[in-house]
Amino acid sequence: MAPATTEKAARARSFTTLSGHPVKALYTGADVSDVGPEDPGQFPYTRGIHASGYQGKLWTMRQFAGFGTPEDTNQRYRQLLNAGGTGLSVAFDLPTLMGRDPDHPLALGEVGKCGVSIATLADMERLFDGIALGEVTTSMTINSPAAIIFAMYLVVAEKQQADWARLSGTVQNDILKEFIAQKEYIYPPRPSMRLITDMFAFCTTHVPRWNTISVSGYHIREAGATALQELAFTLRDGIEYVQWGADAGLAVDDFVPRMSFFFNAHSDFFEEIAKYRAARRLWARVMRDRFGATSERSWKLRFHSQTAGVSLTAQQPYNNVVRTALQALSAVLGGTNSLHTNSLDEALALPTEHAATLALRTQQIIAMESGVTEVVDPFGGSYFVERLTQDLADGALAYFDQIDAMGGMVAAIEQGFPQREIAESAYRFQQAVERGEKIIVGVNDFVEEHEPPVETLYVDESAAAHQMERLQHVKSTRDARAVDTSLETLRRAAAGHTNLLPPLLDAVRAYATLGEMCDALRSVWGEYEETPTI
Amino acid sequence: MRKLRVVIAKPGLDGHDRGAKVIARALRDAGMEVIYTGLRQTPEQIVSAALQEDADVIGLSILSGAHNHIAPRLMQLLREKGMEDVLVLIGGIIPDVDIPGLKALGIKGIFPPGTSMQEIVDFIHAHVRSEHTPAGEGA
Repeated sequence: MAPATTEKAARARSFTTLSGHPVKALYTGADVSDVGPEDPGQFPYTRGIHASGYQGKLWTMRQFAGFGTPEDTNQRYRQLLNAGGTGLSVAFDLPTLMGRDPDHPLALGEVGKCGVSIATLADMERLFDGIALGEVTTSMTINSPAAIIFAMYLVVAEKQQADWARLSGTVQNDILKEFIAQKEYIYPPRPSMRLITDMFAFCTTHVPRWNTISVSGYHIREAGATALQELAFTLRDGIEYVQWGADAGLAVDDFVPRMSFFFNAHSDFFEEIAKYRAARRLWARVMRDRFGATSERSWKLRFHSQTAGVSLTAQQPYNNVVRTALQALSAVLGGTNSLHTNSLDEALALPTEHAATLALRTQQIIAMESGVTEVVDPFGGSYFVERLTQDLADGALAYFDQIDAMGGMVAAIEQGFPQREIAESAYRFQQAVERGEKIIVGVNDFVEEHEPPVETLYVDESAAAHQMERLQHVKSTRDARAVDTSLETLRRAAAGHTNLLPPLLDAVRAYATLGEMCDALRSVWGEYEETPTI
Repeated sequence: MRKLRVVIAKPGLDGHDRGAKVIARALRDAGMEVIYTGLRQTPEQIVSAALQEDADVIGLSILSGAHNHIAPRLMQLLREKGMEDVLVLIGGIIPDVDIPGLKALGIKGIFPPGTSMQEIVDFIHAHVRSEHTPAGEGA
């Protein structure tokens, strides 16, 4: 690297946040004259939803994990719980996320690679073997087939004789950000939205402690969005879900309290803290003023956060421990309610057990040693952070207006608006890296020629054979007539307007496969295909 | 002289298309004709797109670990169609242990996370079949 490049980059970097928001060298009281005093635990909750911050309860340390067979992942969960993890978080493989059984041609080479493979109730039973579902909280990262995987979870709980009313956890169930960013969709947007409002309705009555959706900015940010775009598109997605729920006849205060959010914890320390604070302020106001919610629980935005996978580098991977620690600290100072810290080796592979433990230890050091948990919202009143908080909130409101004018988020997605905005930001960021305006340590500066390799996890092909064998066994031992009947009932329900959870639960109990259930819905609703644009 | 023609494709079930789209734009800005196939393309669809577009280069973006299934099939199809001279590149997350096998199949370039866009542009100019004028010099 030429020294001149470094010099120029450092000067440019000091003028904007990572997202390109202009910043001054000094902020004073004159910068926050429009920001009034606020208290934690009080509307609009900018300073946190709890008056006592983390003094009462720390965040949940929830490490996302899953690979190979249900047995492989079950073992990793037991290790994380033994190491002091306080919640489970399930990563599913791509065939599961896309509603395909392990023996489908499109699943070739993908079974158990990026998460655990789940095809039938039999897999789900093994995934949670020896883990009492009434005692743990479980987050499941699944979207298009969320209702099906959730039905499997409920039936496992039923078999463990755990009361559904006591179950606690989250399904991601956020299809809008799939169309916008991560692209793991199956059905077109409108029937996909119905699956989600059916979940809202079913859980309100039968599984009242379950978080029915985790409205996610994480993937939007990973796809290249700025902090502002992450904030704006995520909250606008949240508004869309509330609107569709209300339009389906649900009372806002009945289902909104069970909605939660999921944000990225990226590298610009203050911008991230401001983002979380702005999110709480915006949501409280939108729920009260736009939807007329009267319950405080509808106003309070609760969120999970995960450090930024996209910021991890394959070069000098131990640097990632430092990046992750700083990102996690911003999430904590922003009042996160639960947190996943990435492992140092994740730009290379799924994490090894050692790397996953170190990532959890990072959170524990912040929680137990740094002292930052003792005081509520310590950046409240900071001239700079308060200014940034309000600027992000204002910017998000401008995006809301733009999307409202398009007819809402489903319509905006159909027009490709958020997708284009994000692609533009991603390209601009990469160009800034190429020009040396943004420095990534170990990648475009401070490069080392000969790096020692780190140990990585290698997921081999054995999971696929194992999963196909189990699938065949399930198919040959179940009652085929009961499966056919349950799938026919499901198809009829999909064509009509009744809640889809009861027929899904019956199909799960009959050991219908994930692929069979998704195909039943595909046969009625069709599949979504996006127009590729660059 | 015609521009270099590049097919950028995302095979497999993964939908994380940030890398594919960024590199597609970078190659276009570097003066190449870029065709982006979109998501979830089978090797058959990719080879057929490359044939139809008379592509000089195929760039695959694979993050999910499915490369050991996708790459052999794609290279076999290229051989069957007599398209061995098409330069094939992979960008994404490829474990070190898999790289020799992919190179042996005839994949010329494998680009891990952190590769600069310019490096890929330069690699294409250095390795593409030689009857074309390098992009940017032909017009």
